[in-house]
Amino acid sequence: MRDSERENWEAGDTMNRDIDIPEFVSYQEYEQPYYEEPEREPKKPGHNNKPVTKKQRNRTYGRVAYLFSAMFLALVGYMVYFNVKLTDELKANPNNTKMDEQKQYVVRGSIYSSDGEILAGTNVDTDGNEERVYPYGNVFAHVVGYTTNGKAGLEATYNTDLLTSNTSILEQVDKGVKNQKVRGDSLILTLDSRLQQVACNALGAYRGAVVVMEPSTGRILALVSKPDFDPNEMEERWEYLIAEDAHSPLLNRAMQGLYPPGSTFKIMTVLEYIREHPDDYMNYEWNCEGYLTNGDVTINCFEGEVHGYEDLQASIQHSCNTSMANIGLSLNISQFAKLCNDFLFNSKLPTFLPYSSSSFTLNENSSNGDIMTTSIGQGDTLVTPFHMALITCAVANDGVLMNPYLVERIENTEGIEVSSSKPMQYKRLMSSQEASVLKQYMQSVVEGGTASSLWDLGFTVAGKTGSAEYEVDGNTGEEENFSTHSWFIGFSNVEDPDIVVSVIAEDGGTGRSAAVPIAREIFQTYYANMQY
Amino acid sequence: MVSLIIQFSKYAIIILMAIYTFQSYIVFSKRDEEDKEFLFLRQNLMMFMIHFIAYVNMYLEMEETELVFFYGAQFLYLAATLVFFRNLYPRASKLVVNHMCMLISVGFIMITRLSYEQSIKQFKIVAISTAVALLVPVVIRKVRVLTKWTWVYAMAGIGLLALVAVAANEINGAKLSFAVAGISVQPSEFVKIIFVFCIAGMLGKAKSFKDIVITTCVAALHVLILVYSTDLGSALIFFMTYLVMLYVATRNSLYLLAGLGAGSAAAVVAYKLFYHVKIRVQIWQNPFADYSGSGYQIAQSLFAIAAGGWFGTGLFQGTPGNIPYVEQDFMFAAIAEELGGIFAICLILICMSCYIMFVNIAMRLSNRFYRLVALGLGTMYAVQVFLTVGGAMKFIPMTGVTLPLVSSGGSSILSTILMFAIIQGLYILREDEEEQFERFRERELGSRGYYEP
Repeated sequence: MRDSERENWEAGDTMNRDIDIPEFVSYQEYEQPYYEEPEREPKKPGHNNKPVTKKQRNRTYGRVAYLFSAMFLALVGYMVYFNVKLTDELKANPNNTKMDEQKQYVVRGSIYSSDGEILAGTNVDTDGNEERVYPYGNVFAHVVGYTTNGKAGLEATYNTDLLTSNTSILEQVDKGVKNQKVRGDSLILTLDSRLQQVACNALGAYRGAVVVMEPSTGRILALVSKPDFDPNEMEERWEYLIAEDAHSPLLNRAMQGLYPPGSTFKIMTVLEYIREHPDDYMNYEWNCEGYLTNGDVTINCFEGEVHGYEDLQASIQHSCNTSMANIGLSLNISQFAKLCNDFLFNSKLPTFLPYSSSSFTLNENSSNGDIMTTSIGQGDTLVTPFHMALITCAVANDGVLMNPYLVERIENTEGIEVSSSKPMQYKRLMSSQEASVLKQYMQSVVEGGTASSLWDLGFTVAGKTGSAEYEVDGNTGEEENFSTHSWFIGFSNVEDPDIVVSVIAEDGGTGRSAAVPIAREIFQTYYANMQY
Repeated sequence: MVSLIIQFSKYAIIILMAIYTFQSYIVFSKRDEEDKEFLFLRQNLMMFMIHFIAYVNMYLEMEETELVFFYGAQFLYLAATLVFFRNLYPRASKLVVNHMCMLISVGFIMITRLSYEQSIKQFKIVAISTAVALLVPVVIRKVRVLTKWTWVYAMAGIGLLALVAVAANEINGAKLSFAVAGISVQPSEFVKIIFVFCIAGMLGKAKSFKDIVITTCVAALHVLILVYSTDLGSALIFFMTYLVMLYVATRNSLYLLAGLGAGSAAAVVAYKLFYHVKIRVQIWQNPFADYSGSGYQIAQSLFAIAAGGWFGTGLFQGTPGNIPYVEQDFMFAAIAEELGGIFAICLILICMSCYIMFVNIAMRLSNRFYRLVALGLGTMYAVQVFLTVGGAMKFIPMTGVTLPLVSSGGSSILSTILMFAIIQGLYILREDEEEQFERFRERELGSRGYYEP
């Protein structure tokens, strides 16, 4: 039947109906559906109800089909999105135990340092028993992590990759036929075993953390946290490790330890001042008398030292508290808060490892006292050593923060690359002009300021020390009991910076007494060993 | 060695499934009946190959001799269903029959893998349902009064749902089912069909705005009772189906928009009023906030889909059993985990092809009532697939409905097979019509002395 013919017929050509029925055909036979009432839309007031043609009707049905097809295709689209975007995060979810099933088929892959040292490997004895071994013991404890009594560190984050084998089909067939397990892929880290070892030794008995990074790429070269633990002895030592008086050895202080930044924060205060006075910040002048009182809050310089007349650079060089408090009082606080948020305070950091977010709490309603203490790096501000390293990286790299990363590449057991990380720009945090001013100020700190012990190394260094006072818990005396964390952030080869170092030594006193010597050892090791 | 075979099998299954899916779309471009016929036969071949490979895998893993017989029984069932539908109703849409068998066979595979015991039960129900379904076209052909029982349908539907709301056994926080002679029956599954007949009858006869108001009230009553019994999934399915039927019957998109607006407003009110609605939305936003509690099921579903990736883990290589009620509500996640994301996408596309065919069939029917029935039943199916697949991936909040024909669950299987059969029956009816019309034309022309070759 032709369509046009059918349409005509179906539209209900009622006028001719009576004529068209041949008499010998009983009406009953064709009652349904040939001569049903022509379809009409339900009556609407004031409308003339015309019969609906088949074409009109089919258009309605077509629309419904399109609508639902769109819904089904949305499901398909989301499934694709799920596989491309969400899968990795879900696989790394700490609640996800799916990958543990793979243990039946795959021997966990190894983890290597960038200089080829094995940091974690699985020994299989002749009976097929497996043992995870960490040859460096405590040195890489936090960053590499562990797999007994739960999982932590890279062992947790890259669990899926370590339990996935991308070895050649032939190898897989061979092992499959022999009913043997295949080896999972290996991680090759950016960490350098020599720098990590030196950082670990240099931190010595201090609790604290060291982060070493390459500012031009974002590669993390060392990541140390203390107190530490031996990942080879998790089960035996577990009770001790989680004991209350053990000072949380399992906590990765480099990424998760929140400390007051002390004077290292002054570069933020100064940067905000430069932003608010782009043309005349170099004309800033301040006469330091050793203390500054506003309302009932008095800010003192370290050991009551009187710095006299200073410009902006000298204020940083001397780490002058009164000058910074003075600057702080002049700042537009909401602008200052915005600057800090741009510098990743109160926000997410670009890393897969677990970390704590830094906090900066000033707002328009903050008191002058809070503004002054915050401007010198005390107050309620809290940062992680890793976050300070990122800020320093941005200064060293002309204002651009590179995406930090720990895994250089993933290889299959035959050494063929499965995937690799490429240096990627995360975000420009400041203009290169601002970065070069801060660089210059930080260099002056080394050339005659609080980090002058780093001037004789044979290469240039820029930095900032910090002495972060905090109230010790549980003091019983009437006097408040304060102690001081020792901070240093800085970078070497100022013209074209090679490495950034961020150090905190808990209760280490001033920056120059504990943190600066640690940084010095790291800088020296780097230039003694690396032939860049 | 076994794991090796399974790894190779999973790729073979994906390729076969992809070909099958591709064929269900290119068939529209084929004009020649013989070409089409050949394509449909090749589709059957794909299905049987997938079914065979999967059973070889499962036999290697389970090493149960019984499985060989079980495979044989399923093979016979699938072959018989195809042959019966082809021969008893040669004009039925072969694509829909193929899809029905494909979905059922995927269900057989996954349920056998998840729980052997349940799969035997499933098989019996599927076989009985199909036998019942073969009678459906006969009933539609012979019983003409089906179109006139509108108020009987309304009262039966509302009555059954109300009975569930008041007296059903509470399982898993929702009152859904009764035990009848030892068998758990979920009446809302059958009310779906009755509801579509009821609304099609009312809208088909609607002549004024007043008629539409009355129909809307009847539909609303169904939905409200379902919301009251905390069966949110069914409530949504009924609601969406009604809207689509209303739109098609009146061809007035204002109704559709007003309906969606009213639905959204009702959803907000429900969120504010009902604790169980609030919980569903909260776990949708973040299932990990209450991981060990209300978020556990959806979190496990997400882990399963993530573990599967594009190619799946292979049968028995994953742990879909970690998802609570996986055989009923999270079949999609189990399939995505072991058979892979590509396979799962193919499954969605097959369901989409089914719906397109349903609308196609509806469009070609000349009786208004049956047209609305076909579209309504098809829409019920489509909304349900959307809810269960979207819920498993956390694309939309989880509503706890089954994946039709694939999930285990007696009432769901029987009602879905009936739905497919009714739509097929209507299709057969319209083929009859065409035949009659041709005869009528011939006779008419003949009596006047004309003849057109």
